Amino acid sequence: MHFGIFTVGDISPDPATGRAPTEHERMKRMIETAIRAEEAGLDVFAMGEHHNPPFVTSSPTTLLGYIVARTSKILLSTSTTLITTNDPVKIAEDFATLQHLADGRVDLMMGRGNTGPVYPWFGKDIRDGISLAVENYALLRRLWREDVVDWQGRFRTPLQSFTSTPRPLDGVPPFVWHGSIRSPEIAEQAAYYGDGFFHNNIFWPKEHTRRMIDLYRTRFEFYGHGPADQAIVGLGGQVYMRRKSQDAIAEFRPFFDNSPVYGHGPSLEETMEQTPLSVGSPQQIIDRTLQFREDFGDYQRQLFNVDGMGLPHEAVLDQIEFLGEEVVPVLRKEFAASRPAHIPDPPTHESLKAAVAR
Amino acid sequence: MRRTIAVVSAGLGRPSSSRLLADRLAAAAEREVRELGDEVEVRVAEVRDHAHDLVDGMVSGYPAPELKDALDTVAGADGLIAVTPTFTASYSGLFKAFFDVLDMVDDNALADKPVLIGATGGTARHSLVLENAVRPLFVYLRGVVVRTSVFAAPEDWGGTAAPDLLAHRIDRAAAQLAVEIHRRGAPVVRDPFAPTPFADLLDAG
Repeated sequence: MHFGIFTVGDISPDPATGRAPTEHERMKRMIETAIRAEEAGLDVFAMGEHHNPPFVTSSPTTLLGYIVARTSKILLSTSTTLITTNDPVKIAEDFATLQHLADGRVDLMMGRGNTGPVYPWFGKDIRDGISLAVENYALLRRLWREDVVDWQGRFRTPLQSFTSTPRPLDGVPPFVWHGSIRSPEIAEQAAYYGDGFFHNNIFWPKEHTRRMIDLYRTRFEFYGHGPADQAIVGLGGQVYMRRKSQDAIAEFRPFFDNSPVYGHGPSLEETMEQTPLSVGSPQQIIDRTLQFREDFGDYQRQLFNVDGMGLPHEAVLDQIEFLGEEVVPVLRKEFAASRPAHIPDPPTHESLKAAVAR
Repeated sequence: MRRTIAVVSAGLGRPSSSRLLADRLAAAAEREVRELGDEVEVRVAEVRDHAHDLVDGMVSGYPAPELKDALDTVAGADGLIAVTPTFTASYSGLFKAFFDVLDMVDDNALADKPVLIGATGGTARHSLVLENAVRPLFVYLRGVVVRTSVFAAPEDWGGTAAPDLLAHRIDRAAAQLAVEIHRRGAPVVRDPFAPTPFADLLDAG
C-alpha cells in the first residue's frame, strides 16, 4: 500500500500573523515538503493544478520535474491534472517526458477542476465538464498506446498521422487514477478502463464516499477487470497532529475557521464528526485512518493533505515527521496484517512493465 | 395507494401564522386525497429547525443528517405544501435556502411533483408575492404548481370576512393538489449513485 501527501498549492495568510508566503516562497516550500516526504519514508507526493490565484501550481510538470531531480525514490503524482481544460495531446507529451526523467516514478490523477471561470479562460464550457473528461481521456489513452493516431472528436481539432512524443517509458503509459468527489460518471469511467479511482475523502461525509467507491468497485467488476475488491482505490484525508490532541485542536482551529473551504460553516468538531478530517495525536490519526479500511474496503493508496490554509511551513514539516516516524509505520503493519492475499498492490511502473511482459 | 404529503413551513414565530396556514392546507389536502380513495400521511418540516444546518450545508456542500432527512422527505413525497412568510417583497431567505440546498443535493427532487404554495404577510397588499416570487421558484424546480395559491393576510384570521374567504380558497387549492397527486404514480427518487453506462457517456461526447 502507498502512503503519501498531496497539496493543492494554495497561498493563504497565516491567521495569526496575517502574512502569506510569496509565490516564490510557497513553491520552494512545496518542493522542500516533497523532499522531506521522501526522507521520511513516504511513498507518494502529489500536487494539484490551478490556473488562478491564490494558487501557484499552474505548471505541474515543471514543478514535478524539478522534484524528480531532487529525489530518488518517491513516486510523483498529481491531485489533480485537469483533463477538461488541458489539451490531452499536451498532457500526453508532458507526462511522458516526466516519466522518462523520473525513470517511471510517475503516475497521475485526472480531475475536472472546480473553478468555474477556468473553463471559459481555456475556451471551454463547464456544462461540458463530464463530456470533456470522457473525450479527452479517451484520446489521451490512445496517444500513449498507439504510435500513430488518427482522431476526430467534438472538442479538439482533429489529428491525422499524429505521433505523441516521447513515447511512454518502456512502452508503458503512466498509471492513471480518476479523482471525483461527487460525480458517478467519473467512477464509471475509472471502472470502464480498469484505472484507479481516487476519492479525496475530505469535506464530505463517509457515507457519501462509501457510495462512490462501492459504485466504482461494482462497475470495475461489471466491466470484467476482476472482482470488486480488487479494484484500485485511493483515498485522501486531512490530518493535523501534535503530541497531545488538545494542542492539535487548539493550533489547527484558527486555520480551519479561516479556511476558504472549511471556514464559517460547520464547526471543527462537527466537521471532524461528519467527515474524515482528523486532528489530534498520532495515535488518534492511526485509529481514524485504520477505520477507512472498515468503511471502504482494502485499498491501495492513502494520501494526506497536510499543508495549505496558511499553515506555517515548520508545522507542515512536523506533520511529515509524525507521518514518517509514527503513523505510517504502524499503518503499514496494521493494513498488511489484515489484508487478504488476493488484494492487489498499488500499480507502479515496474509492476505495469512486468504485466505487459507476461 | 399510500401517499405522503410533505409540508415545508418557513415561519419564524412559535406558533407562526405560516404554520397555521400550512396546517390548514395540510388538513384540507389530507381530506381531499382520502376522498379520492388514497391513504395519506403528512410530514412537516419547520425550516426554522434547520436554520443553522441550511447555512452549513450551503457552505460545506453536504447537508447535516437531520436536514438530509427533511430533504429526503420532500424529495420522496407525492405532493408538497410550501408556505413562507413574506419578507422584503419575496419569500424569506430561509425558505429559499431550504430549496437551494434541496436542489444542490438533488436537482431533480421536485420534478413533476404537485406543489401547493401558500404565503402569509403583514398586509394583503403582499398577496402577489405568491405569483411573482414563489410560483416562478417552483416552476424553475420543475414542480407542478396548482392553479390556486393561498395567501393569508392578518384579516383572514378574524373579522367578518374570515370564515369564508380563506377557508374556500384553502379547500379549492387542496382539492387541486389532491387531484394532481391522485393521477400520478408513486414518485421515483433518483439514486445519485446509479451507474451511468460508459457507452452512453462516450456517445454524449
